[in-house]
Amino acid sequence: MTATTTVATRPGAGLAPSAVAVALRTIRKFVRTPQLIVVGTIQGALFLLIFRYVFGGSIGVGGLPYVDFLVPGFVTTTILFAGTGAAAGVAEDVEHGFFDRLRSLPIPRLSVMAGRSLADTALLGFTLAVTTAIGFAVGFRVHTDLAASLAAFGLCVVYGFAFEWMFITMGLVARNAQAAQGLSMIVFPLTFVSSAYVPVATMPSWMRPFAENQPITVMVDAVRCLTQGSRVEALLPHHTAYYVGMSLLWTVALIAAFAPVAIARFSHR
Amino acid sequence: MEHIVEARGLTKSYGTVRALAGLDLVARRGRVAAVLGPNGAGKTTFVRAVATLVQPDGGSLRVAGFDVVRQPAHVRRVIGLAGQSAAVEDAMTGRENLEMVGRLFGLDRAAARAATTAVLDQLQLGADADRLVRTYSGGMRRRLDLGASLVGSPRLLLLDEPTTGLDPRSRIELWDAIRAMVAGGTDVLLTTQYLEEADQLAADIVIIDQGRVIAEGTPSELKSRAGRDVIEVHARDRAALPLVAEALRGLGGEPRVEIATRRVAITVDTGTDRLMDAVRALDSRGIDIEDIALRRPTLDEVFLTLTGKPIDTAEPQDRRRHPAA
Repeated sequence: MTATTTVATRPGAGLAPSAVAVALRTIRKFVRTPQLIVVGTIQGALFLLIFRYVFGGSIGVGGLPYVDFLVPGFVTTTILFAGTGAAAGVAEDVEHGFFDRLRSLPIPRLSVMAGRSLADTALLGFTLAVTTAIGFAVGFRVHTDLAASLAAFGLCVVYGFAFEWMFITMGLVARNAQAAQGLSMIVFPLTFVSSAYVPVATMPSWMRPFAENQPITVMVDAVRCLTQGSRVEALLPHHTAYYVGMSLLWTVALIAAFAPVAIARFSHR
Repeated sequence: MEHIVEARGLTKSYGTVRALAGLDLVARRGRVAAVLGPNGAGKTTFVRAVATLVQPDGGSLRVAGFDVVRQPAHVRRVIGLAGQSAAVEDAMTGRENLEMVGRLFGLDRAAARAATTAVLDQLQLGADADRLVRTYSGGMRRRLDLGASLVGSPRLLLLDEPTTGLDPRSRIELWDAIRAMVAGGTDVLLTTQYLEEADQLAADIVIIDQGRVIAEGTPSELKSRAGRDVIEVHARDRAALPLVAEALRGLGGEPRVEIATRRVAITVDTGTDRLMDAVRALDSRGIDIEDIALRRPTLDEVFLTLTGKPIDTAEPQDRRRHPAA
């Protein structure tokens, strides 16, 4: 019975190996649950088609085709809808004792959170790529260069990593999947009261201060500027650099606000 | 160090609920200790405190000589935890689950693989090792969960109600797995609601209620205090219940009448002999009965005998057993 008698005191895994082990599990779960991928993709595609062909005809954005306006917004807000799934997954891990097992192991507490956020961000990269491909299929075109477009895609991944900490925190607070779904309602004002689908200028004046200054708007406008260039800049009060800079500030702020809370919450005894 | 777990005056409250109310409990090295108690007695809170998941409010708690409050990282290096729900990943195979936990315990790839194979064989999961856990039965999941706590070769294994919710066959399989581990030299602290489970597995039993120890000893010590067996008579007619109680009086403990189910039960020391006496006593009084049975005492009955009061459960409808007037 060597397996049960040998080691007296185990050192435990370090930060990187334990984060990798935790991340690998999240990715395996995603890859081996095809219904998640298929349903998520179909749902995203349906929404995009509805906005593009049902609402798109009556939404005037001036100066450029609606599809070129819409797709950057749609791809960016994908990070929020993907995030609700992460919140529910984290809540399930609390509910089913998986986190208790991890917290009883001799590993750094940070590694569990780091593994989870990195894995979810990697999965988000996949979702963003699929959504972008659907965007191109319905007529979206880049009017800048490849480097700027890749930068736009990279920004979306970075935003996703930042918002991931908010969703992890929500999952830890909710403690069960249904409550996490409830908290996830916050994504609706964030996505719809933003410049993602319609120009903010068309909203009533009391709504505009929120719409103009919340993180999703500057993130969407940064992506829009990077893929559409001067055609979009002409419609906006600021230049590309402003939106990229502001969105990165928001990214830092979100991580600074939520990562410590998530880690403290996870480690709390 | 002769004590693997040593709790002194341990307290923990959640709001106004006192989960642990000055718990004193010692688990000796090289023995299996069972913490027995009804729902809400504080069993899970205690195990979570030992596992460093919950910080006690007061008192002291040492695990393998380490203080859980000041040295949680040391404690985590000696324990393995299997909680009430099987904390295994559905979308991974049994082998992948154990290898992941082995890696987290700090084993290198080869060592994690070797430990996984050994544990899977030990728990008789070898044949199903490469199937996804979502295809496992409830009992197999629990065994795999047990394996996950074992794969890092813990010095102390913590099992929180390991068989709750399992069917009888799975329960016996899990008992066998736990016995095999104990034979391998692992110290075990387990919680259970079932007297039989504590009796089957543990060398020492601690009965707790409302966050305090109310009785402790070896299974035979507790049984000699609580009576070894129970004779239960199912009367045909409710009106006959006092007569049945009268007939049984003197064979063992005080008869307990349960009106709703028309049953009278007494605890006795030598089951089969007293069963014959009971049958004769009922027969000589001409009392009609539905059936008569000899069985082991339930936790409620041990509780009642040791404390003179029924288990104080949260749900009043569970307080069905009353001492005969």
